[in-house]
Amino acid sequence: MIAPNRAAELPDEQRIVITGLGLTSPNGNDWDSYRQALLEKRSGVKPYEIRYFGKTLAGICDFEQTRYQTRKDLRRGTRAGSVGVYCANEAIKHSGIDWENTNKSRVGIYVGVTEHGNVETENEIHVIKGFDYDTSCWSHHHNPRTVANNPAGEIALNMGITGPHYTIGAACAAGNAGIIQGAQMLRLGECDLAIAGGTSESIHTFGIFASFNSQNALATHETPEKASRPFDVDRNGIVVAEGGCLYTLERLSDAKVRGAEIYGELVGYAINTDATDFVLPNPERQAECIRMALDRAGLQADQIDIVSTHATGTSSGDSQECIALRNIFGQSQHTRINNTKSYIGHAMGAAGSLELAGNLPSFKDKTVHPTINVDQVDPDCHLEGLVINDPQESKRVDYILNNSFGMLGINSVVIISRF
Amino acid sequence: MTPAEIRDEILDILEDISPDEDLDNLDDEKAFRDQLELDSMDFLDIVMELRKRHRVQIPEEDYGNLASMHSTVTYLEPKMKDIVK
Repeated sequence: MIAPNRAAELPDEQRIVITGLGLTSPNGNDWDSYRQALLEKRSGVKPYEIRYFGKTLAGICDFEQTRYQTRKDLRRGTRAGSVGVYCANEAIKHSGIDWENTNKSRVGIYVGVTEHGNVETENEIHVIKGFDYDTSCWSHHHNPRTVANNPAGEIALNMGITGPHYTIGAACAAGNAGIIQGAQMLRLGECDLAIAGGTSESIHTFGIFASFNSQNALATHETPEKASRPFDVDRNGIVVAEGGCLYTLERLSDAKVRGAEIYGELVGYAINTDATDFVLPNPERQAECIRMALDRAGLQADQIDIVSTHATGTSSGDSQECIALRNIFGQSQHTRINNTKSYIGHAMGAAGSLELAGNLPSFKDKTVHPTINVDQVDPDCHLEGLVINDPQESKRVDYILNNSFGMLGINSVVIISRF
Repeated sequence: MTPAEIRDEILDILEDISPDEDLDNLDDEKAFRDQLELDSMDFLDIVMELRKRHRVQIPEEDYGNLASMHSTVTYLEPKMKDIVK
């Protein structure tokens, strides 16, 4: 049993707040434009073609890579590293932290990733194929590019951060897991500032498309922006996306001292495991995870104003999550439920943190962005509070609950309160 | 390849390795490291590119010959003289 950890009863040194964020999404390269795209129902899914697999669809980011990196940096590193460097620099800028005078040894970097290394490995195999598989033509850059900490380590190199850096491998629950890890490290006093969230370079590996396709779980649609359609009766799979979203997390005591603007407080979280299947979700365990997060926050289900769902657009995944949601929120009159993958596709390791970022502005504008592309709700996905196709105003937005689940049965939930 | 052609090839490789550098004023007699921001991984890129492009093998004990443009071209001339550009 997780002990209740009601944030307001904790000393400020144990309360964790969001003081900044940087992101790149297929439909926006900063928080404002991303939010605007969600309210205007603008998709970021486009036609895409990748080696061996051929034509498909993807969520593609177009952030300015050279804003914080030289061309040589880009050549040396990975796409995941580049996404992370962009997001981390944007987050620090957004936070208003006096970066020049920040003790870099007290900054921790915690980046959630679904996978890392596939892109570079596929590239090298493609190269040596041209040399009849002569491994002496295999790049010496392969190891530093593919070590599991690469996406976090490139941020450290770029920004001169000498505190801890590592990635959190948690399949598609990783974005939430990165946030949770950052908060835990702040509470333990392991760092004074956490750069935490998730990144994804997954559209650059043909393997992820081929594998989802073989699993009959890759979305197709003649109109790209309609391909990602969680909860719709005609959904046919996942649109793979790249992207990233990293937050600056601080202890409330530190944030107060520097007069930081606070965008929300992490009041509840939980991670658990299905232990039932490699790919099929388990709604009982998902519901348990949500309940654990609510318990930790000391909240009842009907106090949650927005549930940001994980649903990816697969047939069974969406309906299974809906079972968990009906179990927990079936009697919650006020709770609104939405989905952000319908706009940007599934940003894998970045999904949890990006989807949360899409919802956080609701604390201020009291508007709930809808899940788009629902022409007809699948009866198996019926949810009372589901916001479909058009934004809804809400009298109150005090708590947002963000689901993020992944393969091998990892479930993660975070709850953010208005501050 | 003539020495001039070998030099052009090395310049082309350096442009790939150091895309932010201005190579127009490169002094052939001076060490690369004194003029460009190159580290050991970059030098390995020169070795790798020569291997990939021309199947030229450079043993580790010969890496010192790649210090400057002049020493590199001098070292590569016998190895690359039969390669047709």
